[in-house]
Amino acid sequence: MIDWWQSLVAPFPPLLLTMAYMLVFILVLFACVAYATLAERRVLGFMQVRLGPNRVGPRGLGQPIADALKLMFKEMILPHDADRFLFRTAPLLSMAPAIAAWAVIPFSEHLNFADINAGLLYILAMTSLGVYGVIVAGWASNSKYALLGSLRSAAQIVAYEIAMGFALVGVLMASGSLNLGDIVMEQQGSIFNWYWLPLFPLFLTYLIAGIAETNRAPFDVVEGESEIVAGFHVEYSGMGFAMFFLAEYANIILISALTALLFLGGWLSPLEGIVPASVFHLPVIGALLGSGAHWFVAKTCFFIFCFLWFRATFPRYRYDQIMRLGWKVLLPVTLVWIVVEGVFLYLQLPPWFD
Amino acid sequence: MLIQSTVFYFFSAILVASALAMISVRNPVHAVLFLVLVFFTSAAIWLLLEAEFLAITLVLVYVGAVMVLFLFVVMMLDINLAKMRAGFARYLPVGLLVGIVMAVEMAVILSRPAFDLQKPQAKPADYSNTQELGELLFTEYIYPFEIAGVILLVAIIAAITLTMHKRTRAKRQSPARQVSADRAERVRLVSMDKE
Repeated sequence: MIDWWQSLVAPFPPLLLTMAYMLVFILVLFACVAYATLAERRVLGFMQVRLGPNRVGPRGLGQPIADALKLMFKEMILPHDADRFLFRTAPLLSMAPAIAAWAVIPFSEHLNFADINAGLLYILAMTSLGVYGVIVAGWASNSKYALLGSLRSAAQIVAYEIAMGFALVGVLMASGSLNLGDIVMEQQGSIFNWYWLPLFPLFLTYLIAGIAETNRAPFDVVEGESEIVAGFHVEYSGMGFAMFFLAEYANIILISALTALLFLGGWLSPLEGIVPASVFHLPVIGALLGSGAHWFVAKTCFFIFCFLWFRATFPRYRYDQIMRLGWKVLLPVTLVWIVVEGVFLYLQLPPWFD
Repeated sequence: MLIQSTVFYFFSAILVASALAMISVRNPVHAVLFLVLVFFTSAAIWLLLEAEFLAITLVLVYVGAVMVLFLFVVMMLDINLAKMRAGFARYLPVGLLVGIVMAVEMAVILSRPAFDLQKPQAKPADYSNTQELGELLFTEYIYPFEIAGVILLVAIIAAITLTMHKRTRAKRQSPARQVSADRAERVRLVSMDKE
């Protein structure tokens, strides 16, 4: 099928093709983001023993489209004395990095946009840019609540980025590569060869820091509707608000995908090394059970579900508790585990570090 | 080659324009954001030189962390625009002089034979800038690298010591104590006689 496709697209120049693929991918990503909002409302609904939105379309599946149409036709109100240009640019600043980071994410062994050597570093750089959207929005709104929200956000994101970075240092020590494809291939073997087991503290740290980076509950003091109304996007209405809303979900999907890649073996099948290898050569079941992009999607969906689950479960942290968790708990945990991992590497502990 | 130079001139034009804008705009927050744009476009130019590690690190460290803190501080300033403009004409001659001296110095140094500027050769496809830098840093330049690390550590400790002072009257919470509190500490059951 791949050969057939390649002979079909052969007459087109490669640059044009890549652009077309990117366009298609971004449209798919936007659809996923829109339906993540529905998933969140439905999952939260069920967890709180109610139904959630189920009126628009079959089983509420038309809800994201209805929401998008509503927000598109709403007026975008410009606050008094707001910085016009920055006020309108801020939603784009928080959306763009979340999309740009997907450029280096491998979906399966040969399915990716850019296979670059410093992929992990690129991801880290892109996710660190997302904070500008929040800060600029808070400042340009000319509102004290928005400014307070963006100040909280800046401090929180900078603090958790360090713990996140150290968790990634652990991953690249174990894999010996910054290339995301190589990191996944290093985890080959069985489910027990994936990095979640030898790097378990770093795995938890990465997940928690990821939740804090995306400003999600229980670390959502940036919005904190009980204290500062809605934080940095309090002055936004219509499409501006919608962009921030979608950027949050785009970031959730990105962090989930990264956790799946770095700690849960990306597109590798969990059945590898457990069931006999001959199973993977069976006609249809073999392709389904064997490694492939569908496992990557499934693992990503699992982490997205975890994000929603945590929101329904934990009460919001107080601001000083967030700072304490970031600096005094997560950071020392990563530092200690990097030393432990160094010992593992020195001993060449099988099956991960040999 | 044509595409490469087009990309180079495109980014250079943005770089120079945003650098000029950074020193000429009135609003400090806008100036900081222009500086962010300067860093970002210079990272793009470094990418053209196949120095992807440096380029991405520039974005990661300067744009992602340092400039955020800059913005953080500048945003909280109470900006009086009229006051800030007042000194502009007065300091202009001094600023121009310093600028010209720096430009001349750079011209003198860069025209030395040691800086014989040659077109960088294109690297083979499997060349990894990150790996090359890592190998150099941990072999040939290990001592300067470690010393730089120690100096940074000293700077961190100094900065923290400067800001740490014990306030005697401040009330603090101990989250560890709060979490480990049990029922016996908080609840006292008393049996009272009926009245």
